[in-house]
Amino acid sequence: MQTTFPRLLLKHALERPRATAMREKEFGIWQALHWADLGQLVEHIACGLHQAGLRRDDHMVVVGSNRPRLYATMLAIQAIGAVPIPLYQDAAAAECVFPINNADVKFAFAEDQEQVDKMLEAREQCPLLAHIYFDDPRGLRDYDEAGLASIDELIAAGTAFAAQHPDFFRQQVEQAKPDDVAAMFFTSGTTGNPKGVVHTHNSLLDRARAGADFDKLTEHEEVLAYLPPAWIGQNIFSYAQWLACGYVVNCPESSATVTIDLKEVGPTYYFAPPRVFEGLLTSVMIRMEDAGALKRKLFHAFMALARRVGPDRMDGKSLGLMDRLMYSLGDWMIYGPLRNNLGLSRVRVAYTAGEAIGPDLFQFYRSIGINLKQLYGSTETAVFVCLQPDNAARADTVGLPISGVEIKVADNGEILVKSPGLLKEYFKNPEATAEVLTKDGWYHTSDAGFIDAHGHLKIIDRVKDVGRIKGGANDGAMFAPKYVENKLKFFPYIKEVVAYGDGREKVCVMINIDMDAVGNWAERRNLAYAGYTDLAQKPEVYVLIKDCIEKVNADLAADELLAGSQISRFLVLHKELDADDGELTRTNKVRRGFIADKYLPLVDGLYAGKTEQFIETVVKFEDGRTGSVSATLTIEDTKTFAPVKAAA
Amino acid sequence: MTQATIDTGMLPAAADPAPPADGKSIGEVILDVQNISLRFGGVNALTDISFNVREHEVRAIIGPNGAGKSSMLNCINGVYQPQDGTISFRGKTFKHMNSRQVAEMGIARTFQNLALFKGMSVIDNIMTGRNLHIKSNLFLQALRIGPAQREEEANRAFVENIVDFLEIQAYRKTPVGQLPYGLQKRVDLGRALAMEPQVLLLDEPMAGMNLEEKQDMCRFILDVNSEFGTTIVLIEHDMSVVMDISDRVVVLDYGKKIGDGTPQEVRNNEEVISAYLGTSH
Repeated sequence: MQTTFPRLLLKHALERPRATAMREKEFGIWQALHWADLGQLVEHIACGLHQAGLRRDDHMVVVGSNRPRLYATMLAIQAIGAVPIPLYQDAAAAECVFPINNADVKFAFAEDQEQVDKMLEAREQCPLLAHIYFDDPRGLRDYDEAGLASIDELIAAGTAFAAQHPDFFRQQVEQAKPDDVAAMFFTSGTTGNPKGVVHTHNSLLDRARAGADFDKLTEHEEVLAYLPPAWIGQNIFSYAQWLACGYVVNCPESSATVTIDLKEVGPTYYFAPPRVFEGLLTSVMIRMEDAGALKRKLFHAFMALARRVGPDRMDGKSLGLMDRLMYSLGDWMIYGPLRNNLGLSRVRVAYTAGEAIGPDLFQFYRSIGINLKQLYGSTETAVFVCLQPDNAARADTVGLPISGVEIKVADNGEILVKSPGLLKEYFKNPEATAEVLTKDGWYHTSDAGFIDAHGHLKIIDRVKDVGRIKGGANDGAMFAPKYVENKLKFFPYIKEVVAYGDGREKVCVMINIDMDAVGNWAERRNLAYAGYTDLAQKPEVYVLIKDCIEKVNADLAADELLAGSQISRFLVLHKELDADDGELTRTNKVRRGFIADKYLPLVDGLYAGKTEQFIETVVKFEDGRTGSVSATLTIEDTKTFAPVKAAA
Repeated sequence: MTQATIDTGMLPAAADPAPPADGKSIGEVILDVQNISLRFGGVNALTDISFNVREHEVRAIIGPNGAGKSSMLNCINGVYQPQDGTISFRGKTFKHMNSRQVAEMGIARTFQNLALFKGMSVIDNIMTGRNLHIKSNLFLQALRIGPAQREEEANRAFVENIVDFLEIQAYRKTPVGQLPYGLQKRVDLGRALAMEPQVLLLDEPMAGMNLEEKQDMCRFILDVNSEFGTTIVLIEHDMSVVMDISDRVVVLDYGKKIGDGTPQEVRNNEEVISAYLGTSH
């Protein structure tokens, strides 16, 4: 049955008025918002927006962190047939200008002073943006900008309007059709302007339901909404599936309290990118290293057991009696308390996606009894393309195509997808649409990969990034930069890697160390350091990183296809790569080309065979000011291994 | 000798209401310090200091090390008893006051060298600032019955407002001793705010902070001033901070007042310049 988001809201409000729709922690207490109250709030905002002049098919920007009123505003916009455009709350004002002008946006919802300031700054270049509504009035008392108003005023106006026109809201909701445009998400383009991905009610809800059916989600799930609402994953987990299933979405108090809120909420359905799982594990490991000898011993003994039998147990295989007994003991003493400490003790289904996840990291969570799985999808496919079934989760695949999805591998290795969740188009960009969405209905993902013997999809890299080594000993060998980078990033000491090798005779990498892990490692060795730049250039750290790289080389040598991608030279960067400096995308993916240009002297130094290279770079602080960082970086060679040929 | 001191302390309060640029309404004189002298044995810590503080303004006291800034604050606060002079608060004049009376009148303070309970949580530390608002007796409080529980809930709700205001939600239950210095300063401010003060005395709120912490603290001070209308008297070393956030500045040197006026006036005052930079003779 096809439906729309506002109709689902009305359905929940009618059928389960007193059930909790959302919770928000305010002043230290979780405050519940019931479906009936939410319905009314949405009605009032919708009426207010209508009265202020927002019309069917108009676009409205929403920017801020996860708050009930932000989601209520999105619903209200959809209820009167307009289209919400969620923007990233940590984007700079300049980054908001294009989406606002591209979609002729006149209305915006901004969470607080920070977002209002950003909208006001953007408005200088966006003459159409007339109305800005804010949720949190703190610090905004003295603002007298035209068109700036509190959402409370809008709600009050809407309440009065609704009292005079009691049928208006319902009629508006009835008018919307499932094939109407529901929302637009701007993708963080690595080159050029971002593209507005247009989704209909049906494309989002169909996939939301397919995912929910796959994991048998019910209205009893608890979800913590802590990732940016502008990201389609968050939108699916805390908006589309929320309305499709009617479960409870919990909004954390602030971004700093997420780990505390996670423990208090105890979500049953959880999503986090690999880096969050990695951060959690690192913090556990660091605290374990500082624990008493007995605790440490117990922890390591039982973790060894968990590593051995845990994954099989999760896959539903039968275990020996002794293993079962010991695992139960471990569960009581270590795994249970650990899950509880991570805030994951009630998790039934946990997903990770967006980046490759290290096998050790992935198995750690599965071995202590957390049902962590991977999925494959993108903004253009409304997330759900492939999902891993409960008993077949693997670190190196992304799962099976779920209901409604067809998958095909093109001749150049590109994955093609057919699904009801595909985007309608890129907004005002027919050329880009034609490029990815061909007439035969296939969506071109631009991911390279293959389907393995068990029917699971495996992704190697972006099609355009897969290159060839040119000249030298490995002439013509395949080079998959992301594959190499990910293998390195699986080491806890390495945070980011940028690999180069396409069209060159060897592979070189630039590395960002993980400040927490390496800092702790240095402290335990009484290695004094002044800060990131200092620590990164310590000879001891170079030895540590070199060791990691050589392990990866040995690993790559065993892979016939990618043996030529072994790393010959490396350096450790003097500053952390940052989205504010344009080096990472807003979803924290490295922008290889941009970095190559910015750090050209370093790349040249790597390939020219130098042993050190001076570099000066401009950095941008969070408040928009700039400064510069300079350093002389050491460059070192690493050992490579002869390819291990499969026995003939 | 050129006397460049601008002495507004002697002017009647209604003479120049001096509305500042951002439009907040600065009221009548709320705190008036007249001819204060403080001596420790033979040392003259303060000599004949007079200045006033108007309602809702941010008033800074600056000066080099040992100029008598903290002593001045301690006099207002009732910690020290000055030998000469009077202090008036809302028209009532006092010769001697103890700290409790000062607190009951609505004057709160923070300390230069943090005086928090290091082993207690952030919430508990701020709760101690509610002390004067707790009326039920020890017995009821110990048993948490009747009015004591209602009172505790009301006070806790007030403390939660402060936690929200100062954005320290993530540290509610953290022992204060484990927090970084900048956050401890924020807790100290929170405890003073818990008293619902009319006048807030801040003793070097920015000392020992990095740039980012200073900016945060400035924002909180200005927010306290504009959201709650609290009058603020602060001592500060960092001149750029003082010039940015205060409405009027008093300058002390060797226990004497050498300047008083708007930041711009004080900046151009030759005596102030020579006290800070030294003069060539």
